[in-house]
Amino acid sequence: MTWEPVIGVEVHVELSTRSKMFCGCAVDFTSPPNTNVCPVCLGLPGALPVPNRRAIEHLMSIGLALGSEVSSRSVFHRKNYFYADLPKNYQISQYDVPVCRGGHLDITVDGETRRIGIERAHMEEDTGKSTHVGLGGRIHAASATLLDFNRSGVPLVEIVSRPDIHSASDARVFAQELRGLVLELGVSDARLEEGSLRFDANVSIRPAGSTGLGTKVEIKNMNSFRSLERAVDHEVSRQIGVAESGGELVQETRHWDEEAGVTHPMRTKEGSSDYRYFTEPDLVPMTFDDAWISSVAATLPELPAQRRSRYQEVGLDGRQAATLAESPPRIRQVFDEATGLGADPTAAFNWLSGEVVSHLRRAGLESEELHLGGAELFELVTIVEEGLVSATAAKEVLEGVLTGEGGPREVASSRDLIQVSDATRIGEVVDAVLTANPDAVAGYRDRGEEKVVGFLVGQVMRQTQGKADPRVVNELLREKLASQPGGTPATG
Amino acid sequence: MTPDGPTIVEAGRRLREGKTTAVALLESVLDVAQLTEAIVHAYLTIDREGAFASAAFADEELANGRDRGPLHGVPVALKDNMCTRGVETTAASQILGGYLPPYDATVVTRLRQAGAVIVGKTNLDEFAMGSSTENSAYGPTFNPWDVSRVPGGSSGGSAAAVAIGSALGALGSDTGGSIRQPAALTGLVGLKPTYGTVSRYGLIAFASSLDQIGPLTRTVEDAAVLLEAVWGHDPLDATSYDGAYPDPRAEMGRGVDGIRVGVVRELSGEGYEPEVETATANMVDRLAGEGAEVVEVSLPSFEIALSAYYLIAPAEASANLARFDGIRFGLRIPGPTTEALMSATRAEGFGPEVTRRILLGTYGLSAGYYEAFYGQAQKVRAAIRADLARVYTDVDVLVSPTSPTVAFEAGARVADPLAMYLSDICTIPSNLAGDPAVSVPIALDGRGLPIGFQVMAPALGETTLFRVAAEVERLAGFTARPVIDLVAS
Amino acid sequence: MPVDVDIAYVARLARLELSDDELETYRAQLGVILEHAARVQDLEGDPHVEATHTLGLENVFRDDVVTASLSRDEVLAAAPEARDGYFVAPPALET
Ligand SMILES: [Zn+2]
Repeated sequence: MTWEPVIGVEVHVELSTRSKMFCGCAVDFTSPPNTNVCPVCLGLPGALPVPNRRAIEHLMSIGLALGSEVSSRSVFHRKNYFYADLPKNYQISQYDVPVCRGGHLDITVDGETRRIGIERAHMEEDTGKSTHVGLGGRIHAASATLLDFNRSGVPLVEIVSRPDIHSASDARVFAQELRGLVLELGVSDARLEEGSLRFDANVSIRPAGSTGLGTKVEIKNMNSFRSLERAVDHEVSRQIGVAESGGELVQETRHWDEEAGVTHPMRTKEGSSDYRYFTEPDLVPMTFDDAWISSVAATLPELPAQRRSRYQEVGLDGRQAATLAESPPRIRQVFDEATGLGADPTAAFNWLSGEVVSHLRRAGLESEELHLGGAELFELVTIVEEGLVSATAAKEVLEGVLTGEGGPREVASSRDLIQVSDATRIGEVVDAVLTANPDAVAGYRDRGEEKVVGFLVGQVMRQTQGKADPRVVNELLREKLASQPGGTPATG
Repeated sequence: MTPDGPTIVEAGRRLREGKTTAVALLESVLDVAQLTEAIVHAYLTIDREGAFASAAFADEELANGRDRGPLHGVPVALKDNMCTRGVETTAASQILGGYLPPYDATVVTRLRQAGAVIVGKTNLDEFAMGSSTENSAYGPTFNPWDVSRVPGGSSGGSAAAVAIGSALGALGSDTGGSIRQPAALTGLVGLKPTYGTVSRYGLIAFASSLDQIGPLTRTVEDAAVLLEAVWGHDPLDATSYDGAYPDPRAEMGRGVDGIRVGVVRELSGEGYEPEVETATANMVDRLAGEGAEVVEVSLPSFEIALSAYYLIAPAEASANLARFDGIRFGLRIPGPTTEALMSATRAEGFGPEVTRRILLGTYGLSAGYYEAFYGQAQKVRAAIRADLARVYTDVDVLVSPTSPTVAFEAGARVADPLAMYLSDICTIPSNLAGDPAVSVPIALDGRGLPIGFQVMAPALGETTLFRVAAEVERLAGFTARPVIDLVAS
Repeated sequence: MPVDVDIAYVARLARLELSDDELETYRAQLGVILEHAARVQDLEGDPHVEATHTLGLENVFRDDVVTASLSRDEVLAAAPEARDGYFVAPPALET
C-alpha cells in the first residue's frame, strides 16, 4: 500500500518590536541574562499586563498578508501549565477567538504552485530561556536548570497551517516562504539561529487516495528548516513502519532529537494537556474596525506574489517576473521607475538581470550601492532604441554610468560612442569599401556569395570604429551591391 | 481603653490649625498599636522607620507651605496584599514570608503623593481568601468590639486597625465583600468602588475580574478622602477606567428626598439574624421618612450569585496563584525535579483555605467540567448584570444588610467552609456586577456588636452612593467606639 | 448529592503535593461545595456571555516604548537560588 502524509505546520514567530508584549522591557537578545526583566515579565505578585499595540498591528499585517480575516473582536486567554521558564505558570495566549482566521500561503516547488491553507494566526507571549546544565548538557542528563527571563514576554505570533501539506520538503518550503513573508513585512528578524522562528508539525498518514484523517502526532522542538524537514520525514517513515507492521498509532506529542535524528515520545505527564483555558481577566477585549484594519493594510509592502503578477501584467514572462520579484528592493525600484517613465519592460529587465547584476558582483557591491537611477536606465534603453548607440556600445555606456561618469547620453558622447546612422556619411564609407574590395564585390555579383556581405559590413564597421549603425550599413551595402556595374547577382 | 483618635478629616483640621503634627499623629497611632497589637493583631508589619520618615517629611512640607491635601500627614494602613517597595509584603501567606517587593503598588504611590503616612501592613485572610481573617499564616486578627470574635475578612486587619485607632484609615481589597463585611463587623464605613476605578497594579491578585481596592474609615467623608487619593486611571492596569469619574462629594448632605431605594427581597430571610433584619428595616423606614421612595425589588439571580462566585473566584485564583512556585521568589521546598519542587513548595506554602480554593478553581476549569461549572457561572454572572440593569431603571440604589450576621465567634465557621462562604451572600453580587457598594454602621445589637447597612449603586454611581451613605450615617448617628479590656486579655 | 471529584488528578494539575489524608479531606469538602455551586445550573435561560469589562472598556494598549527594567541584583536577591546572573531550578525531569 502507498501512504500519503498529511501535515500541518505551526510556526512561532518572535516579533521584532522594541518592547515586550505586555511590559516595557526591551526586546534584546544580546543583553546579559535577567537584565531585561520587570515585575510583569517575571510574574511577580501584583504585576499586570498591558498589551503592546505595535505587536498587535504586526500580527494584523501577517494576517492581511496571508489573506486572513481579521476578527472584528478578539480576546486573550490564559493557557495554564507549570514550567520553570513560564513565570506566571500560565501563558497569555489566544484560544477560540484569535485575531486572524483563514487565509493561505502559496508555495512553488519545481515550478508548480500549491496553495496551503492557513487555519489561524494568534498573539501570545514567549517564555524565558532554560539552560540545562550538568552531565552532558542535555535535557535528560541535566542536574540543574539556569533560567533567564529576558525572552519572557517577547511577543510571539503563532501561525497554524491547515493539514494541506503532503511531504516533508513542502513543509520546509512552507516554513521558508513564511519566513520570507515576515521578513518582507518587517515584523520579525526571523533569525533561526536565535530561535526567533520555531516549528511544530502535526503529522498523520493515510492510504493514498483516501480522504480520511489518520491518527495525529504532534512533533515539537524543530528550530531550523532542515530539522523540520528531517523530523517530518522521520515521523512519516516511523508511522508507515508502525502501520505496515500491523501496529497501532497513538495520538501523542513527540520530541525531535536533532542529534539522534529521531522523534521520541515526550514523557507524558498526567493531564499535561489540560490547559484550562479561560478568558484573561486582566485584559479587555480587542475590537478591529475597518478603519484600523485598512490603516494597517495601507502600510503593507507589496509581497512577492503580488509583485510577480504585476510584473507579468506589464509584459514580463513568468520566469522574468519571478526573478525580478525575488530581486533586491533597489533593483526593483530602478525597474519600476524606468518602466514608469516608459522604458520597455523586457529591455529594462534584461539590463538589470544581466549587466547590472554582474557589475555589482564584479565590483563586490550591495544592490543598495547601485549607481543607477530609474531615469538613467530609461535613457539607456531609449538611446539603444533610437539607434543613438549600438547594443555593444550601450554596455560601455552603462559601465560609464555605473562608475559615475554621468548620464547615458553624456557618457555616449564623452566616450565617443554615438552611432553614425547618417546615410550620406555611411554611404561614403560603403563606396570606399566597395572600391577597395573589387574581388569581394565580384564574388557577390557573379557567384552570389552571401558571406561577402558580412565581410563588407565588417569592413565598414572597422572603418567607422564600430559607430556606424549596422542596420543602415547593411541596407546601403545591399543597395549599392545590387547597383554595381555587371548586372544582377546570379542566384542559386 | 476606648480609642479617642480623630477621623481623617479631624486630623487634617488639627494639623492645619497647628494643634498637632504628622509625627504626633503617627506617635499616637503607634501608641495605640503598642497597647493593642498583642490583643487584636491588626498588623503584620509596622514600618516605624519609613512611617517616621514620611511623617517628618510631611511636617516639613506643611511648614514650608506645601500642602498635599486632606491626607497630608495622616497615618493610614495598608492591607498586606498591596506591594510596598522594600517593605515585607506577604498576603498573610507563608509562601511569601520575608518577601520584599521591588516596586510599589499604584495605590501606594498615590497615597505617598497625597502625603499620607503609611504605618504598616495589616493582616488578612491568606491571599484575601476568607471572611474572618482567621486564615492568616501569621495568626488571626480579633475584633476590637469583642476579642473573642472575628473582625470579618478578608480585610480584617485593616478593619481592626481603624476601629481601634492604630490607623486613621486603611485600604482593603474587596473580591466578594472583603472590605464591606469587616467594616460592618467592626462598625466602620467600608467602600468597594466601581470595578476599574482604583488601579489593581501591585495588588496581589485573588480574582482579577472581581478584586477592587477601597477604603475602610470611620466616616463616609473619610472614605471619600481616601477614595479620591487613590482612584483614577492608571496606564499600568489595562482594566483601569480612563473616562470621566464621578464626584463622590457632589451630592453629600443633600438628603434622600426623591431618591428611589430598592430593598432586595433575596437578601433577607433564612440565615439572617433578627436584630440585623430589624436594624435594616428601621433604617429603610427612616430613609422613607426623609422622602426616599422605597420599593421592594426582586433579583432572582442573586439566589445563585454565591454559587457563581465560588466557581469564578477560585478559577481565577487557581491561575493567579500559580506563580507562587518556589522558582523566582518566596518560599522554596527543594525537590529533585522542578515539578517536585513546585508541588512541595506549594503544598507547604499555602494554607488550607487557599489550597481548597486552588483545587476548586482548578477542577472547575478542567477538561470535561468547564461548561457545567465555570462556563455556567459566567452565564449566571451575565444574568446578574441583566437583572441589575433592569432594576436600576426603576431605582437609584439598592439596600440590604451588609452581612446576615454580626461578628461571629472565632473558630465558629473554620471547620465548615460552606457556612463561612455564606457570610458573603449580601456582598458578592456587587463584585460580580462590578458595581460600587458601601457598608455604613447603623446600630449595635443587644450584645454591643455593630451592624452594617449596605448601599449598592450602578457602575460609576458613586455620587448617589455617597449621597445616600452620608444620609444613612447622619440618620444612624453611630458614634460608638469599641472598648478593649487591656488587662483581661 | 456531593460531586465526585478526582482529587488526585486535580491536585497534580495544581502542583500541590498532598498526603492521602489531605486529599480525602479536600475531596469531601469539594464535593459539598460543588454540590452547592452546581446550583448555577438552575439558571433559567441561556444568557449570551461575552467577556466584557463592567465599564465596557475595549482596546486598551500601550505604545511600543521601552521603559526601565529592574536591577538584576534586586531581582535575584529575592530568588531562592541564583547563580551567575541566572535563577536556578532543578532539572525538568529526574536525572
Ligand atoms: Zn518586563
